[in-house]
Amino acid sequence: MSEPTGPTLLDPVQMGRPVGRLDGRRKVLGVAPYAVEHEAEGAAQAAMVASTVPRGRVRSIDATAARALPGVLAVLDHTNAPRVADGEDREFAPLQDDTVWFRRQPVALVVAESSEVAREAAALVAVEYDEEPAEVGLRPDSPRLYTPEKLSDGSESDTSAGDVEAALAAATHVVDETYATPYEHNNPMEPHATIATWHGEDAGLGDGPVLTLVDSTQGVHAVRSSLAPVLGIEPERLEVVAPYVGGGFGSKGAPHVNVVLAALAAKALAPRPVRLTVTRQQMFALVGYRTATIQHFRLGADADGRLTAISHDVLEQSAAIKEFVEQTGSPTRSMYAAPNRRTTHRVARLDVAIPFWMRAPGEMPGMFAHEVAMDELAHRCGLDPIELRVRNEPDVDPETGHPFGRRRLLECLRRGAERFGWEEGPRAPLSRREGDWLVGTGVASSTYPANAMPGNEATVTFEHGCYAVGIGAADIGTGSWTSLTQVTADALGVGLEQIRLGIGDTRYPSASVAGGSSGLSSWGIAITAAARAFREQHGDRPSEGASATAGMPDNPDLQEYALNSYGAHFAKVRVHADTGQIRVPRMLGVFSVGRAVNPTTLRSQFLGGMVMGLSAALFEESVRDPRFGHVVTQDLASYHVAANADVADLDAIWLDDDVETHLNPMGSRGAGEIGIVGSPAAIVNAVFDATGVRVRDLPVTADKLLAGLLPQRERDHVLGDASA
Amino acid sequence: MTPFTYTRAHDPASAVAAVAGRPDAVFLAGGSNLVDHLKLGVATPGEVVDVTGLALTGIEDGSDGGLRIGAGVRNSDPAADARVRERYPVLARALLAGASPQIRHQASTAGNLLQRTRCVYFQDTTTPCNKREPGSGCSAIGGYERYAAILGASPACVATHPSDLAVALRVLDASVVVLGPDGERRLPFGELHRLPGDDPSRDTTLAHGELVTAVELPAPPPGARSTYVKVRDRASYAFALVSVAALLVPSDAGDPRDAAQVRLAFGGVAHVPWRATRAEEALTGVRLTDEAIDAAVELELEAATTSEGTAYKRAMLRGTVRAALRELSTGERTLR
Amino acid sequence: MTRINVKVDGVDHTDEVEPRMLLVHYLREQVGRTGTVVGCDTSNCGACTVHLDGRSVKSCNVLAVQADGHEVTTIEGIADGDRLHAMQQAFHDCHALQCGYCTPGMIMQSIDLLNDNPNPSEDEIRHGLEGNLCRCTGYHNIVKAVQQAAGAGVGGGGGR
Repeated sequence: MSEPTGPTLLDPVQMGRPVGRLDGRRKVLGVAPYAVEHEAEGAAQAAMVASTVPRGRVRSIDATAARALPGVLAVLDHTNAPRVADGEDREFAPLQDDTVWFRRQPVALVVAESSEVAREAAALVAVEYDEEPAEVGLRPDSPRLYTPEKLSDGSESDTSAGDVEAALAAATHVVDETYATPYEHNNPMEPHATIATWHGEDAGLGDGPVLTLVDSTQGVHAVRSSLAPVLGIEPERLEVVAPYVGGGFGSKGAPHVNVVLAALAAKALAPRPVRLTVTRQQMFALVGYRTATIQHFRLGADADGRLTAISHDVLEQSAAIKEFVEQTGSPTRSMYAAPNRRTTHRVARLDVAIPFWMRAPGEMPGMFAHEVAMDELAHRCGLDPIELRVRNEPDVDPETGHPFGRRRLLECLRRGAERFGWEEGPRAPLSRREGDWLVGTGVASSTYPANAMPGNEATVTFEHGCYAVGIGAADIGTGSWTSLTQVTADALGVGLEQIRLGIGDTRYPSASVAGGSSGLSSWGIAITAAARAFREQHGDRPSEGASATAGMPDNPDLQEYALNSYGAHFAKVRVHADTGQIRVPRMLGVFSVGRAVNPTTLRSQFLGGMVMGLSAALFEESVRDPRFGHVVTQDLASYHVAANADVADLDAIWLDDDVETHLNPMGSRGAGEIGIVGSPAAIVNAVFDATGVRVRDLPVTADKLLAGLLPQRERDHVLGDASA
Repeated sequence: MTPFTYTRAHDPASAVAAVAGRPDAVFLAGGSNLVDHLKLGVATPGEVVDVTGLALTGIEDGSDGGLRIGAGVRNSDPAADARVRERYPVLARALLAGASPQIRHQASTAGNLLQRTRCVYFQDTTTPCNKREPGSGCSAIGGYERYAAILGASPACVATHPSDLAVALRVLDASVVVLGPDGERRLPFGELHRLPGDDPSRDTTLAHGELVTAVELPAPPPGARSTYVKVRDRASYAFALVSVAALLVPSDAGDPRDAAQVRLAFGGVAHVPWRATRAEEALTGVRLTDEAIDAAVELELEAATTSEGTAYKRAMLRGTVRAALRELSTGERTLR
Repeated sequence: MTRINVKVDGVDHTDEVEPRMLLVHYLREQVGRTGTVVGCDTSNCGACTVHLDGRSVKSCNVLAVQADGHEVTTIEGIADGDRLHAMQQAFHDCHALQCGYCTPGMIMQSIDLLNDNPNPSEDEIRHGLEGNLCRCTGYHNIVKAVQQAAGAGVGGGGGR
């Protein structure tokens, strides 16, 4: 191995301080503009017409009634919509032909003077279809299964080492179970929305933008690079603006069809701006979701609980219109040591809406299965579940053989056990009761890769005694406005008050998306490089207007080390013995994510991730009706996310002296996703501890427990308590 | 949303006349359910008659020790009313178990009772639904049935009634005051809602244009205790998987589990708030052991039909009735 | 069209509106109060919460004509000049927001909660905010903020 040098770390002065959100005041005043809050003089309103068949062709569209409505400006469909320049990515080629790929696909777009008229007119557009047989259900025997070339993280579909079958046959303890996770929808609070203004080539703007998109996105440059070729615009003449974004959780990590529709409508109505807001119901079809998974997990262990085999076979789903392959088995490849290992992915290409990123795609469902399987193995081995993990801690990355940058999983588990009051030893389910409630505790590990995305650049300019720093980064609620200001201040060696940060706009240099827990790392690398270049070129006393721009220096460490974050989740649950209702009175997460750039925003990211994990454990499930092909639980009344009273004692801490030396100059890794990884398993494991009922398909709901809950009399017997 | 005309009624009789005279007219009180239906295209009235200006907003003591709650009283108010909380805990708890503070501030008493099912197919105008579009079929059967009915359903409809308040009123033997074109009538609460049969489009026995003006509660039986237990996926803010309104009059002497009278109504199981008369009979004069309660609920459920999606409701209902009656006999509330 | 008179954040407005216009759209598009946002269209998420005659409602679930003759207070009407309302200050101080989209509705409902119950328990806060969904924060800091505001006397009338 060569001697990797790694990034030169910044001296943390502003970093590490709990600086209050710089965007907080605007947000509590209600004056931070999200996408459609931006001024757009005379904007028209657009509303989508969705297909009512899952597969087929549009035979006819009759928009006579819609067009006759006063206030309707245009009805676009495949016969009259502006053409895209590049329709290869079919998600970005709406209204280009008569093909229906999934139910709820937009087949027409109404543009009108007001949203009321647009929506009324959309309901008046009469569409007839030639319906074709559709395949919409994820089943183990689906005729649409195939082996994908790559997973969405770029890794191989299948991996194998040693002889798993022989190892399982020889194992003392075996877990051989199937786990399932449901369809889930990101549901950020701000619906996807766009204001598109088509200025045109000859708008007298010189090299100015041909098209401006004020969009709700996790990456303005991702929107630009994806859609400029689609729309036939030079990338630098597609302007994208998104200063404040009401959450995304992956669903805004790339543009979806709605953004293209807004652009096409704006082109048709140029130069009039067009607003297109995706309704909450439409979000269940158009802006991505987490695929369901069916995971066959097998673990083999010797008499001491040392893993001899790890086998993870994943079935999941993609879409006929566009491929997306969740990397469900990826984390399994590096989590625990075992000489014999295999992972496989088989994907059903269905006639349904397009799945996409949802917070910790792959890691969340994959680690759910893995960490519940580990809990089952601990029971079979008669071991404390933490001790089982201790015995299977790898020395190097089992997948690549690379050394870990710093793997502190066991410290997270031990620190958490101490803080949580974890009772050591083999677990005895059904051993605690408080009144009518059965009480249990559970633990699970967490991991998330430390990512830095390529393609970032930043610029630093000295203006009016301050340093204007620009990068097309996004703050989707994570705190980038604040944490990047801290990073910049330390990179330049000045105070926060001297920094003027600009993000969320393609006028700034190129930035990667706020996704994969990579934002702060990726952007911070470029900002630090730009700051260092600035000091090199202009010194400590720059003249007005001095400026420097820099990209990301090479980092050979990325090829030499396995860089991951780790965490340990602890949960206490109560299950009502009569009704099966589940409550989670306590959750604790302990994390190793490198340096805390801003402890306040970091902790909030952990807590939010953990509660989304709770939500996945107990509530979230999108029900796709196989007879229709669309999700029928398509609002926030029937698709449950955790509400306030579902949360009680919630705590997240992180390890001291945690500095990542291989990834970026801040010494940080990422924190957006690790909270949701493993937390569902901790809750499911706690439910088993409370009830003796092992639920292997999420979400765990009262009805699933009821069948397994022992009748009162037998429970009294087990508990040795006949008093109740 | 389809356009409609909007008028404000200034007295009950003209409100009734306005709606009765036009088949596509509807009453608007708080609007918390109707406005959603307007947005979803589930309701497409030609005229909306606002009745919030009518003086139907009082909570008054009845001559018999009962209460009269005006149809326009917002759900928050009886939930906070000291008389309701003291005399009819089941009612206050049911109200607080429903929706959210914002909706309770807006929703009226009558509107709560007349709210329509939350069956996902009823609310999705692109799927068949006999309730929304008679004759189109029932998508819930064989589809997403988690919230579907198990009692009194028909091959045409398995929708459940979503109101918590209605379940409480059913167990309180309330009555409903209705004004129609031909004058006022009173009907026992159990006669307000109807089973779907072969016409699920009608939720109630009210004729078009009939306006609920008040709900009347008789005095509770002396010594009665009552509660409402709602089982749902979230700890709050969700419709019932099942719910139970229970009223218990302890016997004069002996074990607290001996009851002189038990009344039970179930939510989340039928097109109507379901009064469990067979279970009540089975529990009258019987010690309320878990075994006796389970047997009584099973007796009530002899008429039940469950599917894969609703099979859980049997055990859940047994458990919920156990929890409710245990609370009333011990005075210890373990579920909210 | 129907003529309505509505007082919004202390200012009287007289407008002609279509009966089908939602209060939230009236506030945003005719009055220009875009701080009140739409999150779900179906009265579930609470992001559009405003006060109607001093009580919280979901403005996506009320017709503008229903507000005729009444008073509406939005998130943009509670600060006193540059001085934040104590609830806004508490949300800011406690980092009770991330993306901020639920924040206007959450703050308005929190004020309503303290108006009803000036000294709520944690459990009462959590149930009192049941109709306001937040996808970012895990609610933890929101509860802290309401506790801080209660301590500052918001529900007792001394909070401003």
